[in-house]
Amino acid sequence: MSVTDATTARPMGRSIRGPSAVGGDWRRLLHLTRLLAVTEFKLRFFGSVLGYVWQVMHPLLLFGVLYVVFTEVVPLGEGVAFYPVALLSALVLFVFLSEATSQSVQSLIEREPIVRKIQFPRLAVPLSIVLTALFRMGLNLLVVFAFLLISGGSVRLSWLELPLLLALLIVYSAGLAALLSALFVHFRDVKPIWDVLLQVIFYASPIFYPITIVTSDTLRELLMVNPLAAIIQQFRHAVIDPSHPSAAEAIGGGARLLIPLGLIALVAVVGFRYFDRKAPRIAEEL
Amino acid sequence: MNDALAPAIVVDDVSKRFRIPGERVMTLKERALHPLRTIPQHELTAVDHVSFSVAPGEFFAVVGRNGSGKSTLLKCLAGIYAVDEGRMFANGRMSTFIELGVGFNMELPARENVIINATMLGLSPRRARERFEAVLDFAELEEFADLRLKNYSSGMLVRLAFAVMIQVDADILLIDEVLAVGDASFQQKCYDEFARLRREGRTVVLVTHDMVAAERFCDRALLLEHGRPVMMGDPHKVGLRYMELNFAREAVEPEVDEEDAERESDRLGDGRGEILEAWFEDADGRRAAALPAGRRCSFVARARFSEEVEGPILGFSLQNAEQQTVLAASTLALSPQLGSFAAGEEVTLRIAFDNVFRPDRYYATPAIAHAGTGFAWIDRRERFTEVVVTGASRTDAIVDLPYEVAVDRGKVDRPRTEVAG
Repeated sequence: MSVTDATTARPMGRSIRGPSAVGGDWRRLLHLTRLLAVTEFKLRFFGSVLGYVWQVMHPLLLFGVLYVVFTEVVPLGEGVAFYPVALLSALVLFVFLSEATSQSVQSLIEREPIVRKIQFPRLAVPLSIVLTALFRMGLNLLVVFAFLLISGGSVRLSWLELPLLLALLIVYSAGLAALLSALFVHFRDVKPIWDVLLQVIFYASPIFYPITIVTSDTLRELLMVNPLAAIIQQFRHAVIDPSHPSAAEAIGGGARLLIPLGLIALVAVVGFRYFDRKAPRIAEEL
Repeated sequence: MNDALAPAIVVDDVSKRFRIPGERVMTLKERALHPLRTIPQHELTAVDHVSFSVAPGEFFAVVGRNGSGKSTLLKCLAGIYAVDEGRMFANGRMSTFIELGVGFNMELPARENVIINATMLGLSPRRARERFEAVLDFAELEEFADLRLKNYSSGMLVRLAFAVMIQVDADILLIDEVLAVGDASFQQKCYDEFARLRREGRTVVLVTHDMVAAERFCDRALLLEHGRPVMMGDPHKVGLRYMELNFAREAVEPEVDEEDAERESDRLGDGRGEILEAWFEDADGRRAAALPAGRRCSFVARARFSEEVEGPILGFSLQNAEQQTVLAASTLALSPQLGSFAAGEEVTLRIAFDNVFRPDRYYATPAIAHAGTGFAWIDRRERFTEVVVTGASRTDAIVDLPYEVAVDRGKVDRPRTEVAG
């Protein structure tokens, strides 16, 4: 019996191909993503008396501060239909993007023990972060809708646009999450850079200001290129009140919406492709 | 299930290299400032052209010193690392235990953790929930199902983790050093559980530097040194070689044919002929290191005579791990007897038999003797080759003969029970 007795055996069976982003098994990817997300979510609930309250606290506190500043100090919200709801909803969407991406950056490093010791579809790690953020956005949106109805808003047919808008936001965030988490394995300064970029995105989106306040057409149209801005604006138009200009109006023509949509698609494709390319080596390069 | 003859694992000429950057710090700023500077890297070959196959139901050990590449090899098999060269195949569902309780979260109760851990190891969440009771039962922790893990003692943690690992239903288990943790009684329990897995016909690849465990449980062992295979075969012999490596002043260059040299001392005969090689073949006539129990198989030996020999007797005996001879077969009973062989003539002996032996390791001693008593050896090579019989049999008997059972529950006059005094 020599050391190379493998040659006498028929090479058969399933080929072991090493780690990958998806692992050829979508069911397992979904199971693991959900499991990791639910666990993370439970952990935050655990050990805190006001579990649910803390889940919605982050955007609410931010909302409180901004609301006071922009109604009492700088009256930006004057004449804007349902300004408080518009502010809160935009914050909820932004907080989702911010949590899903900034927590994904270090996610592979934080989960090093499992990444280095178990074979599983690597994409489950950033996707689970996005899913946890999604759970929290769900809770936050309940508050937004309650708030809207209490303030006198009405249920409208255009609410049906909501799933599409959320889907776009999720795809955008997931693409960013995949890209950033894989980049961070090699480049540790992705984190500070992304933190700053998130600030830029915050100010470049109509969150605490209505888009109508931007008088320069060029600047306004430029702002709407930002996918988050377009999503927030369309959310305001479709869900809160039609007096908010739609994304198409704000960007100056429906055809131009292809730019933010194209950006979302680009981020998603680049993010997943890059993650997929890096996935086989993540375990050894952490 | 798959064809029983298909190997559970095939590793074909696999190499794994790590690139080790000279300077660990690598930021975008550095990249921007020194766009043309390539980071000095050197390569470390952790696994160097390793090939082996593991038969279904076999217990296979990978042993070696620290840094010999054994854990890297396991991680490649597990699909955690991508290999640089070679191919690997697996037949059956595989599960890896590089560490007990991967993904355990101390803040969550046992219930959650068992489900997380089992799902991580490959069960669907639904199956994981179904198995929860069985896991706690095995770990003897039923009362602590809702206790957070941070309140568990380390012994309880280990028991819980091992229980999950046992319950994930893998056909192939890849285990790395997990037995190093836990006290003696826990280790005994692990070993008992391994014995059970083995009876169930599961395949286990165990990475360890505990040669005692390897010798006790494994059918075959592979010794790695500097990522290269040094020796593969009988765990006892591999163990001896491993000790040599461990206590050698300097690591000896690996030599694959070491085993042959060792065997020279077990050789008897006048040298008028030579047994060149011997092997086992499965029912389909393929060379096999492991034979499934209950099937037809053959022992084959090839010999060459260096002088003219008249009517020699060719044969072999088969011994189990306890040195009991379970089969002795030769051409002695053949009539007419073999004629004369010229100098330089080669002969191939093929002895086919039903593999009725219980799962164990067996050693074959082929021999050529002069006509007559059969003890005037021309060449006799003690324990020249070996084979592992695999299967799910639970018998304690040396052989596992096919039998039929009949139980008649018709009315029988029972002998009256007499109460003594």
